[in-house]
Order: sequence, then structure tokens, then C-alpha cells
Amino acid sequence: MARFGVLQFPGTNCDMDILRVLRELFHQEAELVWHRERDLSGYDVIILPGGFSYGDYLRAGSLARWSPVIEAVADAAAKGRLILGICNGFQILTESGLLPGALQRNRHLRYVCDWTYLRVERDDTPFTSAYQKGQVLRIPISHGEGNFYADASTLDEIEKNGQVVLRYVTPAGEVREEANPNGSLHHIAGIINKQGNVMGLMPHPERACEKILGSEDGCGMFASMIQLLTEGRVGHAR
Amino acid sequence: MRFKAEVRVRLRREVLDPQGAAVEQALQVMGHERVANVRVGKLIELWLEASTPEAAQAEAEEIAQRLLANPVLETFQVSVEEARDWPAQPSSVKR
Repeated sequence: MARFGVLQFPGTNCDMDILRVLRELFHQEAELVWHRERDLSGYDVIILPGGFSYGDYLRAGSLARWSPVIEAVADAAAKGRLILGICNGFQILTESGLLPGALQRNRHLRYVCDWTYLRVERDDTPFTSAYQKGQVLRIPISHGEGNFYADASTLDEIEKNGQVVLRYVTPAGEVREEANPNGSLHHIAGIINKQGNVMGLMPHPERACEKILGSEDGCGMFASMIQLLTEGRVGHAR
Repeated sequence: MRFKAEVRVRLRREVLDPQGAAVEQALQVMGHERVANVRVGKLIELWLEASTPEAAQAEAEEIAQRLLANPVLETFQVSVEEARDWPAQPSSVKR
């Protein structure tokens, strides 16, 4: 069984949904970890949930980035542990430099709460191995600052290295302006670091794990991590 | 010594500013048709104690670099002068 640590910052509000999915749907050990904790050695996976840490003040994720727990997250990342940042979690990871780029205010300046379609660009990561490359997932977003930005050379590098894991597309799987909900450059919805153990995405997979909520396409993300951790510790240095 | 630092944070030139564009559009509607461009930044004011103006400048720059500006998106400028006033009431931050 994999042990999940779900971080909580003041203002985080998607922690309980993630706990529910991990504990009740996947029967995994999952715990909330308060942002002042400095020891994350007990967890195989660390999840940074969505929400409004520190009220999104200054820039979303900019203050949470300086919470004591982030040093332990950086340490775990360097050691190859799995780190997943969802929405505000993704913002915190870019602010702390654990992922490249930054999340800006949505291009059209509106908060969007809606379904999106995501194309799986890589099915060989610890977070997407349960999916097939090219598969289209229906997953909701809910954010005002999800516009992914990186300068030209960083963007180039991200693409060349295959660090784009999920892209906003039409239901048919095509990249189109109208399918991009927030103006993200290259329609990027989720990326991974060079090492391949830290992933960030703006959409909420934990909100797409039960039929009654409208989609079960998010399950694969959790199943991928669990499968990797229970069947083998590939690329998992302690 | 008491100083007041002003940190101006701006979006990098190459970064799109939809907020600035929205303001520009509103100005058109308001009749200010000769405004060619608008970009929105931030001003952060810091009241701080330091031994010298140079020390105050250095600390304000470090603060700007580490927290106030995101280097991927923004640049900053720091100016420091002797504080002409000082916060009258204690801030709400618990020390």
C-alpha cells in the first residue's frame, strides 16, 4: 500500500476531496499534513491540493511557497519521490521552482468552472501510465489563474524534453483556440519536471473519479501512482 | 534608522497583460481615445529599520527578488528613502 501525504495550507480547500478518493475509492493510506510540518519521510507520494492558499494574495501560491513544509517537498523531489500539484498545488510548485514556468491570470480575465478535455501526451510517467498516449480525458477545471506561461526558450525546452503531459483539446482530441479555457501557451494543462517525478496540472482529477460527478477519467492518475508504488519502486530513490 | 522602500513590480515586456488591455478598452469607452497602451503593475511599500540606506536598499531588493516579484513573469525596481512617517498602530501580524 502506498502512503499519501496531502498537504494543507491556510486556505487549501480541495484536500478533503483528495482524501476521499484515496481512502474510499482506492483504499490507500492517506493523511493530511499541515504546512508547518518539516518531515515528509513517511510518505511515498506528496500531493499539493487545490484551493486558495493565503487567499491567493500577491500571486497565487507565492506565499504558500515559503511555508516550512516546502523545504521538505523540495528535498523529497530531489530524492525522486512522487510529488503531484493540482491547481493551486501546481501554482505553488512553479513558484517554488520545482516546476518551470508560471501560472498567470486567465487570458479573458474570467474565473472558469467547467469541464475540459485533456489529451494525454505521455503515458510513460508515474502519473499517467494507466492511460494511453492520445487518450482524451474529461476533467473539470475551476480557476482564475491557470494561464500557463514560460519564456520562449523555456517553452521550447519543455516541449523538446517531452515535459508536457496534458494538453487542452477538443472532445475529438484536437488542439484549437476555442478548446483552451485560459490562454495557456501551447495549450498546456499539465507538465512534469525533467526527472519525471514532479507533476503539476490545473484540472482536478479528484473531481472526476465517480460516475455520479460526471466523469471517472481522473481515476487513472491515482491508479498510475498506486500501481507504480505497489508493484515496483522504479526511479524511487530514498 | 528608519526607511521606507517602494518596490514597483511590472510584467516583463514580452508577457501579455489582459488586465492592462481591459483597462485600455474601458478608457476608449470613457472617451480617452488617445491612450495608446496600458499595463498594470504593483506597488509594494515596506517600512523597515536598517543601519544604512545601502543596507535598506539591499534588504528591499532581496525581499523583492525572493517574494514580491516572480522572475518568470515580472521585473522590479526598488527605491529607498528615509521614512517620513512610521506605522502608527502595530500591524495585525502576531510576532
